Amino acid sequence: MSSPALSVRNLIVSVERPAGRFRAVDEISFEVDAGSSLGIVGESGSGKTLALRALMSLLPSAARVESGTVELGDESLPHAGREARRARRGRMGMVFQDPLSALDPVQTVGAQVAEVPRRIAGFSRRRAWERAVELLGLVGVPDPAARARAYPHELSGGLRQRAAIAIAIAAEPEVLLCDEPTTALDVTVQAQILELIDDLRARLGLAVVFVSHDLAVVRQICPELAVMYAGRVVESGRTERVLERPGHPYTLGLRGAVVDLDEPLGPPRPIPGALPDIAALPTGCAFHPRCFLATAVCLATPPALVEIALPGVSGQTACFHYEQLFAQTT
Amino acid sequence: MTAGPLIDAGAAQASGPLLEVDAVSVVFRVHDGALVALDSVSLELRPRETVGLVGESGCGKTTLARCIVGLQRPDSGAVRLDGAPLGQRRSARERRAVQIVFQDPYSSLNPRLSVRRTLRELLSVHGLSSREGLEARCRELIELVGLPPEALDGYPGGFSGGQRQRIAIARALAVEPRLLLADEPTSALDVSVQAAVLDLFAEIRSRLGVSVLFISHNLAAVRHLCERVLVMYLGQVVESGTREAIFSDPRHPYTRALLAAAPRIHPVASAPLPLRGEAPSAIHRPAGCSFHLRCPRAEPICSIEEPRLEPVAGEPARRAACHFRDDPAPRA
Amino acid sequence: MSGALLTAPQLELEGARMPSFWRRARRSPTLLAGCTITGLIVLAAILAPILSPDRPDQQDLFHILSGFTWQHPLGTDELGRDELSRLLYAARTDLKVGALAVVFPFCFGTLMGTVAGYYGGLVDSIVMRVVDVVIAFPFYVLVIGLVFVVGPGERGIYVAFAVADWVVYARTIRASTLIVREADYVAAARTGGIGDLRILARHVLPNTITQAIVYVMNDIVLVIVAVVTLGYLGLGVQPPTPDWGAMISDGQEFLTTRWTLSTIPGIAVVLTGLGLSLIGDGLADVLRPR
Repeated sequence: MSSPALSVRNLIVSVERPAGRFRAVDEISFEVDAGSSLGIVGESGSGKTLALRALMSLLPSAARVESGTVELGDESLPHAGREARRARRGRMGMVFQDPLSALDPVQTVGAQVAEVPRRIAGFSRRRAWERAVELLGLVGVPDPAARARAYPHELSGGLRQRAAIAIAIAAEPEVLLCDEPTTALDVTVQAQILELIDDLRARLGLAVVFVSHDLAVVRQICPELAVMYAGRVVESGRTERVLERPGHPYTLGLRGAVVDLDEPLGPPRPIPGALPDIAALPTGCAFHPRCFLATAVCLATPPALVEIALPGVSGQTACFHYEQLFAQTT
Repeated sequence: MTAGPLIDAGAAQASGPLLEVDAVSVVFRVHDGALVALDSVSLELRPRETVGLVGESGCGKTTLARCIVGLQRPDSGAVRLDGAPLGQRRSARERRAVQIVFQDPYSSLNPRLSVRRTLRELLSVHGLSSREGLEARCRELIELVGLPPEALDGYPGGFSGGQRQRIAIARALAVEPRLLLADEPTSALDVSVQAAVLDLFAEIRSRLGVSVLFISHNLAAVRHLCERVLVMYLGQVVESGTREAIFSDPRHPYTRALLAAAPRIHPVASAPLPLRGEAPSAIHRPAGCSFHLRCPRAEPICSIEEPRLEPVAGEPARRAACHFRDDPAPRA
Repeated sequence: MSGALLTAPQLELEGARMPSFWRRARRSPTLLAGCTITGLIVLAAILAPILSPDRPDQQDLFHILSGFTWQHPLGTDELGRDELSRLLYAARTDLKVGALAVVFPFCFGTLMGTVAGYYGGLVDSIVMRVVDVVIAFPFYVLVIGLVFVVGPGERGIYVAFAVADWVVYARTIRASTLIVREADYVAAARTGGIGDLRILARHVLPNTITQAIVYVMNDIVLVIVAVVTLGYLGLGVQPPTPDWGAMISDGQEFLTTRWTLSTIPGIAVVLTGLGLSLIGDGLADVLRPR
């Protein structure tokens, strides 16, 4: 069994605040195989965006990786600096939330896509442009030869995001990181882009990491799911299982709070309490002040992410009382 | 202390709808030509009713909201409140009747005014409280939206998105409106917080008797909150009906496409293909039906004759702007 | 109507209360440094009669161009006048002129910029065209020209700045106003039935004026430098009223013999400029809403 395309172990990212340095990502670990896709779900303050940016070595200046390993295949990647960028070149691509700010407004989209094969594979100008048109066609841009000559502001949101995706996959990377790529798009366009990402994943054998706050969206295209809260992974496993039989009270709460088209009408149940700020995390389990299962041990020790030891259930959870949750949903 | 909203119960329940939008059109002149933001849009809202307005970007829902609230002048057609025309120049009473909650909780509150001052400004401008009563009324409002009285001392910068939305709602309710427009009020909020804000709207309708026009692209939220739904596309209302009708048996291909495209936690086994392409430009609109270029049901008549918003056979309360409203299934 | 509709999650109110202006001001090192420097200079100017050894126009022809002595700590000029006294009294003049000259440009420029930005249309076009015309003139050409016409001296400076300096404020404020005008909270105020005047006063101006306030600090420096320059050209504050510009100009001939005559007032200008700039920067930080 070959090693996974992307492997992250005990990653810690800290952030500078007026009150000091705090952990925004607190020892997260996960693996993604080639051709597979992992969804990471969380709300504000969960650390999901910083985690993704740390993988890509794109952290803002106030943040830095404290420790942990990020491996592509067997190769461990440096976290910061020039070597970090060089190591990721051509092997990792990223798609951002807002295509308008992810694209350079003064260059045509074709030029931006072409820049990748030129810089990384040393293509000639002409060949790079041809490749750019090819890529734009691959991502579903209609009439790519003409569209390549357009500027980002002349394109619709959906087309811009397609162009951004073309740039991300232009170097034929092994890993594609997606940071809420459809949040800013209309519902029908979102559906198209999700289909595109899934299609590219299958065709190009990409390992996809898909960060989102939307459970339904990750359900569409990610067979594996990790749920983050206050900088830690609180639950992970097959998406179907996690959403249908949550093994962590936060996941359960999230499921109850989300309105869904198919579920019977009834008031959504908000999770009591508020999302914590990393500078003021509760002791022990960060979720305990809002948790209906909390006991003394939850205040004292942060639970580790452990394998769920129940027959017929796979995955991990970071909760001392997960058996009670599963007992309710047998 | 005022005893609740100033609903003129007599007048409201007596006749007709609370709000009427009657064939309103708005056209913006841009350098390429004319951008039709709203094309003869009509709708009605009754007292104590929650109506959802669904559509994607460019459909005109925000322009419509602005017309209703008086921030945009219609180029033709009229907006009426209790039967009387509502122009851009409004009396204080008219102003109070219709209020709006905006999408972005971060720009909808003046960062330099404390919550108390934001509320008091509205209360004093409309003379809604005596000097002594101002503070009490502010407390009432802030508690109404579920925030503690200490929140009055705070400034917007210190609150989270969900809390700011609550403050924005308190502001809107301060003048005791009869109609509350909510323009994507939960889109910028965290998922777990959205639920609470949606509930707040439901309570506003049921306990205060305020009608709510809920504009959103989030179909699931609209389904939870709204008894009636209107679907807009490219400046026109393409379908309208009750919640049950729209969500279980949509009659316009665009509505069907929207429902098919919306992601769900339990994926539908046989999901139809996503809609191809994107909305055409609002400046160069297609001939005939504005949707026909992307429509899986399109037939030759669709590019020639523009369908009107007409009732579906046997269901007078339901309307769809499609030649095949009575026979929506795509041909094999 | 009592009772909450739905209780919101626990409120962490520490962050919501905004520390008062003074507390935030105390925490900004830039602002404190600027206030200290400027404060000392202003204090020296106010206490000029007490701190000066002599009257500034007192000539002592027996002790011209003297070096630092107990009697004349900073020396004397070519007419035997005490440098320290002249420096302190000149501070009074220059600071006063600097502060007063910016009042009209600030007020008028802010008013024009607000009106142009908020109402747009014809008003905006007219105001902006006037601004364009004024800006087209090189600043000093305009100022010198106006002083020439009105006559040298303080009055000329006030008039010249009134005409030439307001345009920057107008442009800055207009730009901010265009942005603030579109903010949802302004739309909410309009929907709420609040009148234009009140909206401008409560919602627009407080959010646009910080830029102008910060600029005012730098503008005062500009005025002082301009007064110095005009004084250098003989068009500024007229003798016998001392001002730093005239002192620098008069001391030119003696650069090789008594270089302190020009340099010391020059340093005074620099320090004043530094102090005011620091206040400007500090204010920019402190006035920004969290």
